[in-house]
Order: sequence, then structure tokens, then C-alpha cells
Amino acid sequence: MQLTVWTYEGPPHVGAMRIATAMQGLHYVLHAPQGDTYADLLFTMIERRKARPPVTYTTFQARDLGKDTAELFQSAAREAYARFEPEAMIVGASCTAELIQDDPGGLTKAMGLPIPTIPLELPSYSKKENWGAAETFYQIVRTLAGPNAPEPGTARAALNDSARPKANILGPTALGFRHRDDVIETKRLLDQLGVDTHVVAPLDARPSDIARLGEADFNVVLYPEIAHTAAGWLKRTFGQPMTSVVPIGVGATQDFIAEVCALIGADVPPALSPEASRLPWYSRSIDSTYLTGKRVFVFGDATHVLAAARVADEEMGFEVVGMGTYSREFARDVRAAAKDRGLEALITDDYLEVEQAIIDAAPELVLGTQMERHIAKRLGIGCAVISSPVHVQDFPARYAPQMGFEGANVLFDTWVHPLVMGLEEHLLGMFREDFEFSDDNGASHHGHSPKRPQAPADGAVFTDEQPIAVTPPAETQTADNTLLAGPAPWTAEAEKELKKIPFFVRGKARKNTETFAAQHGLREITLETLYDAKAHFGR
Amino acid sequence: MNEMAPIQAPTAGCATPASATGREILKERGQREVFCGLTGIIWLHRKIQDAFFLIVGSRTCAHLMQSAAGVMIFAEPRFGTAIMEEKDLAGLTDANEELDRVVARLLERRPDIKLLFLVGSCPSEVIKLDLSRAAERLSAQYSPDVRILNYSGSGIETTFTEGEDACLASLVPTLPEAAPERQSLLVVGTLADVVEDQFRRLFTAMGLDDVQFLPARNANTMPAIGPGTRVLLAQPFLTETMRALQRRGAEHLPAPFPLGEEGTTAWLAAAATHFGIDQSAFDAAIEAPRNRARKALGRYREQLAGKSLFLFPDSQLEIPLARFLQREIGMQPLEVGTPFLNKAFMAPELEQLTETAVVSEGQDVERQLDRCRDARPDITVCGLGLANPLEVEGLTTKWSIELVFTPIQGYDQAGDLAELFARPLVRRTRLEV
Repeated sequence: MQLTVWTYEGPPHVGAMRIATAMQGLHYVLHAPQGDTYADLLFTMIERRKARPPVTYTTFQARDLGKDTAELFQSAAREAYARFEPEAMIVGASCTAELIQDDPGGLTKAMGLPIPTIPLELPSYSKKENWGAAETFYQIVRTLAGPNAPEPGTARAALNDSARPKANILGPTALGFRHRDDVIETKRLLDQLGVDTHVVAPLDARPSDIARLGEADFNVVLYPEIAHTAAGWLKRTFGQPMTSVVPIGVGATQDFIAEVCALIGADVPPALSPEASRLPWYSRSIDSTYLTGKRVFVFGDATHVLAAARVADEEMGFEVVGMGTYSREFARDVRAAAKDRGLEALITDDYLEVEQAIIDAAPELVLGTQMERHIAKRLGIGCAVISSPVHVQDFPARYAPQMGFEGANVLFDTWVHPLVMGLEEHLLGMFREDFEFSDDNGASHHGHSPKRPQAPADGAVFTDEQPIAVTPPAETQTADNTLLAGPAPWTAEAEKELKKIPFFVRGKARKNTETFAAQHGLREITLETLYDAKAHFGR
Repeated sequence: MNEMAPIQAPTAGCATPASATGREILKERGQREVFCGLTGIIWLHRKIQDAFFLIVGSRTCAHLMQSAAGVMIFAEPRFGTAIMEEKDLAGLTDANEELDRVVARLLERRPDIKLLFLVGSCPSEVIKLDLSRAAERLSAQYSPDVRILNYSGSGIETTFTEGEDACLASLVPTLPEAAPERQSLLVVGTLADVVEDQFRRLFTAMGLDDVQFLPARNANTMPAIGPGTRVLLAQPFLTETMRALQRRGAEHLPAPFPLGEEGTTAWLAAAATHFGIDQSAFDAAIEAPRNRARKALGRYREQLAGKSLFLFPDSQLEIPLARFLQREIGMQPLEVGTPFLNKAFMAPELEQLTETAVVSEGQDVERQLDRCRDARPDITVCGLGLANPLEVEGLTTKWSIELVFTPIQGYDQAGDLAELFARPLVRRTRLEV
């Protein structure tokens, strides 16, 4: 048993719902107890979708268990087919129905419906949402595109010079973080490269579209967590190459362009230079000097974490001081990226571990999910959301892609916004005692209402409410081991001086000073130690 | 608007008048678009300040809790989910050991917890994990510091607010014994703290001093029960709790529920009548707040009178709500859905509800949506999964869950309750886009 309060991912059948809800003409019949219909509100409330998810639940109750739940499933499937007339149906069980072993796949097959029915085996007690989405998408693709597969060993026809090459865009789903806008941006990019978008799937695709996936020349894997399995099968079955770069950030967009150009045997068009985004100039402009070396902590799904870490380093001039992911399926890539930066990746789906890692790393900015937004809020650190899980405010009315050149512009704006700005930062440093520079006030451009709830980024955490910490902090912490022995105590004078340092760098100052004291075997931290450490580490 | 006839406080013993039993009830079976009983934890964990709710369930349960909470409450909640994994399903002995381990760690971290509920879920019920034995075993270990109880909030056994019913029913056998001669009033069902305080003041003002509330705000201030205990239900969904209280000798005072001015008056009157409160003392106590309620409702009657109303089943509050909106606001209920109809509790309500309203019990959501589209009501009260899609179809909706999360009972909330229904219509009128 794993004790948890909040989860990064739902159960795997919610992943299947994200695929079904993204598509048109597909229906999902889900064997599930009363109450599992809560999942509808993810789509109708959080994403503000205009239609109910195309899901029929059997909503069995205790009194049904003694009778025939299999018959209940069949009648639900029969009625769903009659009412919605889908082109294809996916069928499966949620966690409770998995235990009663009614075999929705076999039951549906026995009904002989005149449409393709696709059984899903999604083990609820070992797998999670993204895996469920990937598996569902793969099963749909395999079932619907499979009949059009060439004989194994058939060579793929060479690109036709007279026609524009065609690509599928694979991976965008319902409830995805900015998937809606990333698709538009990616299509535009492909168009500029002379590539037609053949099918986008699963978002807005029909079963008949899935059937013709094999006609494209290659596949763009927009979100590997969702599309990697299906794209791998398409590559093996149809010989379709797939892209490996996710175009988030200017550099990755350049790499993506180069990758696509290599696939179609074309030169990179000159119009698609990095200057197609404003990010490079905004980052080089002197106003951005204050961004230099800002300490950032990055956590989310693997795709967005890998991309964000690169953008943070190379395009914003930040320093990544911690990174990790809840996507265990892609843990290896994140570990490697962390190692390149001299860090150890945090691979976990326990938000309390993430919280502890953020406290230890004392960042000035957190790039994370809605969990990290809450953690950062409690710690008084700025935060921008870069990945699912997200909430209603992360489905903005405006166009706000993460991908492509426009996506890079969005990243620059969104990540800079939570920070205290250049000159304000200096004034806060110079006049700490000004009564209006209280730690309770956030950055001036955020208005005055949000009070900093607790001592921010200061090591002293949760003064007015004990953390529940129902799961113990990780045994293996990623933080500097010298800290684990317990830092030397601070003299009152040194503690007072520390308070004069603005809140957004105070955490770093405290950490540096304690590290310095530990390295020099000091038994207490005096005012002198504070400044010695400052001289030792630089700002 | 007709002059409203005051409701007479019904006397105990005539629980199902002919007019209620004579009404045709549309019984439906099919897909039910409702929450399970776990959802009640979202308010219960705030109400009982030293209680913790440990769901023994699946990732789905944990996901439900964070999704249904709407916004994630990041003051650390006093609930959590012990998510069962494959190895827990393989052997029940292991599952019990795992549960002991989880509870030990939890209580070590939260020494402030005095009352721990082990809450059963669909998967724990299906694998027949015996949480009552687990609670007994753990109680023996942690008593007297922590009392450990269990109930099921599973979707296979409970619908939404029935989770609170199951929780309170599990508390009843542990409540202290009241002296047989003690005559006291017990108000049962979670109320907002502010509403509870208002009711207490009203009872005191009419001379009724021995009033207790279940659930209490702390584990050690739970009410004492005995043969002299008389129960007013503040919420309509407490079937099992009432049964458990009756087994302890308590008696139910049938009354309409305290929604709106009339409902509140009749509800208070049921207690006043039983305890022999003098009419003038009663009138004096309620006069000022009753007038405030009437005044507050007047404003909304102008906006809402004549508007039609369709309620999807959700919390079992639907019939009292429809009665209030019909009688005090002048709305026209077309269909009033309830997940479960307790005819005894609802008799005083159904007597007052217009015969033209269809009362439906249970749900087949697709068929009900068809009826709703045909009826084209001015306001549809429904769950979060249905609201936006119906708005897209041009229907004005009110999320039903807000009616459970907002103080709506009593005189001083009557206007607020009406406003919840006026706001969606006002918004429609205001918007030019």
C-alpha cells in the first residue's frame, strides 16, 4: 500500500478516457462501479469541454454483484451502440471491475456488433494514467490501421518528388497541457517545411482517420509519453520513420526542423532561423541580465522536464539546481539529463518527496505541475507550470503553445513573470528595512493581495501548520550530504543579518553559508561566516 | 404568488401521509452520474477537527478525491488514500500487515489525531478486506489515545451524501450514554459552523438549552445518547444514522428540512412542540430572523417566480430544495430527481410539493437527459459532469455540489440559497457575448 494525498497521475482508465474524449466517432464502454463517473468532470469542468466524454459506465452497485454484472455490461454496450452509433468502440474495466473479472473484451466480441471493438487490458493496480493512454492509443492504432499494413518485408516507396511529403502528428489528447495549441504550432512549422499534415491523432481524429495513418511518409511524435508505443509499431509495420525531438524551446525547435528536413531530404529554409522567435533577443537584451544564474527546480512529465531544463540552461541563462519526473517509463532520459548537469534526478510520484527536494535545493523559481505550484506558493517561491497535471487556469483562453517559435515566446514570458524584476531586486537589496519591503509582500507587479503565508525559501518551513508528511521523506536525499548532518547553529546577529537579504535569494544564502560552515568545520555561524561564505561562493 | 400557509409541525407517528404514498414515483435504473460516498470526506474532514479519514482503496479513489475537491485544498487535508497495489490483492494477510504499517506511520506523524476512520472503497469491499476487524485490532493497540472506526464510502454501497450517513452511523455506537431521565435535543447532519451557532442561539432563545450536534467539532465532545434523546435531522440523507440512533433509544422528530423560511420554522417548531416550548417564547425567538429571511427572499421571488426547474439526482437534498423553491420563491419544479427516496423522512416534504412535479428515484442518465431536453427548464440543477455540456445546449444550470458546500440552512441563509439559483439566470442576462 502506498499512502498518498495527491497524485500526479490518475488510474490507467482515465488515460484511456483522454484518448476516447480526444477522438470523434469513438465510444468507450467502461465496466465501473457507481462513482467512477467523477472522471467526466475532468473534461467538462477543468478543460471546459463542450460535450460529455463519450463514455458509458455500467455503474454497478453492490446489489448487482450478486446477480449478473456481465449481462449489465452487455446491455450497457448494446444501448451505447444504439444511442451513439460510434464507428468503433473501446471496452474495458476500471480498478473495481478488474477484480470481478467479467472480461469486457470477450463479452463485447460475443455480441457481434457491426463495428470494430477494441478490448483494453489496463492493469489498475500496477499502471497509471499516461501508460493507460499510450496503451489505449496503441491498441486503437493497431486494430484500425493494422488491416492496411503491407506484407512484412515490403520496402517503403521512396518520396515522390512531385508531391509534398505527408506527416502524422501523434500524441495530443484531451486534458493535455497545451496540446490544443501545440498542434496548431507544429502544423504551421511542418507547412513551412513543405510538409502536409496527414492525420493528427488522437485529438479530433476519427477511427477512419486512424485507419489511414500508414499513408503518411513519417510520424511526428509530439508527446512520447502518449505516442511512443504506437509510433514504434507504425515504424515496424509500415516502415514509417518517426521524429525524436520534441520542439519545445528555440534550440529544440531548430533540432526538430533539422530532423524533419533530413527525413524529407530537404534543406533547412532560411526563414526558419532562431530569430523567428523573440526569445533569443529578449534573453540577450540587457534587461534580462538579472536572469543570470537564477536557481530553478524542474519537475513534471519527462517530455516537458527535459525540454524545460534545456531552455532554462541554454536560452534563459538560469541554473538548474534540481530536476525530476513522475514518468517512470522515461526515467532513464531524465536521469541522463540530470547527470549532465551534475545533479541526481528525482524519480518519484510522491509530492512530499518533491517538496522536500525543493526545500533542499532552495530555488528562486520552480517549473512544475500544479502540485509544484502549490508547493512553491507555500514556500513563497515563484512558479510557472510546464506540465500536467494541471488545473482549469492552465487551459487559457488565449493561444499559448509550448512548442515551436511562438511556444518559445510563451515560455520566456511565463517563466519571467513570477520573478522579481531587475531594478526592483536591487532596491529590495539596498533598503531591506523599508517597511513596505516586508517579506509578506510579493513582487510588486503581482499586486498586493497574495500574502506570503510562511517564511519563504528560508529553510524554516510551515511555521503555522505542520506538514502532514504521511509518507516519510525519501531515505536517499539528493541534497548535499553535509546538510543531513544538521547545520551549525546561527548566532542571533547572523540570523538578523540574513533577514536583510531579500527573500528570493535568502534561501540560497542560508544554504551556502551552512555548506561553507560545514566544509570548514565551524561550530556556529556568525556574521563573519555569512560574509566569508558570500566571498567564497560569489553571489 | 399565493399567501403561504404555515407548515404545521407534523407529530411523530404519522410518518407517511396518504398524499405522499399516493404519489407516483418514477423509478429508474441505468447509468448513474453521481459521486460515491467517499466524496463526503471533503466536508467531514474539516468538520471534525481531530479526525483523519484514511481511504483504503485504489488510485481511482485518490484521483476522485483530488478532482472532486475542485481546487486542491493545500492546507494539508486530514484525509489520505492507502492505495492498494498488486501485492496487496494477492494475500489478505499481507494487506492487513500493510494497513497496520500505514496506520502506524500516519499516527506517528499526526499525534493530534484522536479519531481515525478507515474508509472502505469499492476495491476493498470487493476483495472483502474486513476493515471492521482491522479497526478493532488497531483500536486495541492505540486506545485510549486514538479511537479507530470504519465505514464504507464505496460507490457500490453509497451514493455521495450516503458516505456521511455511513460515517455518522459508525460513530453512533461509540457515543456516550446519556442518563435515562435526560431530555435533550440532538441535531444530526453536518452543518456549517456558522449555521450550527445560529441554531444553537435560536434554541437557547426559546428556552431549549440541552441541544447537542452530531458530528461535533471534536472527537471528545461528541453528544451523549439515551432514551430521552430526540433527533432533528438537519440533512435528509441520514437513514442509517437515524436507525442506529433509534437502537440507542433516541426518537426521530419528523419535520421538513430547514431550507427556506418555512422549512426552518417548521423544523424548529417540531422541536419546540415536542419539548413543550411556549408559543410566545417560540415566536419571540424566531421573529427577527424570520422577518429577515422573508425580506431577503422577496428580492429573489421577483427574479425567479414562474421559472421552471429540473433537478438531477445528487445529494437527496433535491426534494426539500424543490419544495422551498416552489413554495417560497414561486418556481415550478418539473422533475425532482433523488438518488434514494426515504419515504418516511420525505413525507413532510412531499406533502408540500406540487403534484405536477415528477419525482424520480435512481437514474438512467441518458434517458433523464432526454427528458430534460424535452422539458427545456429555465434552470437545471445537475452535477459537474453535465453542467457545461447542457449550457452549450442552451440550458441554464446550477451545479448541485455547491448546495452541499455552501451554508444554506436556516433563516439567515435563506436568501443566499435563493441567490444560488438566481445567479446563473442573472449571468445569462448580463452577458452580451
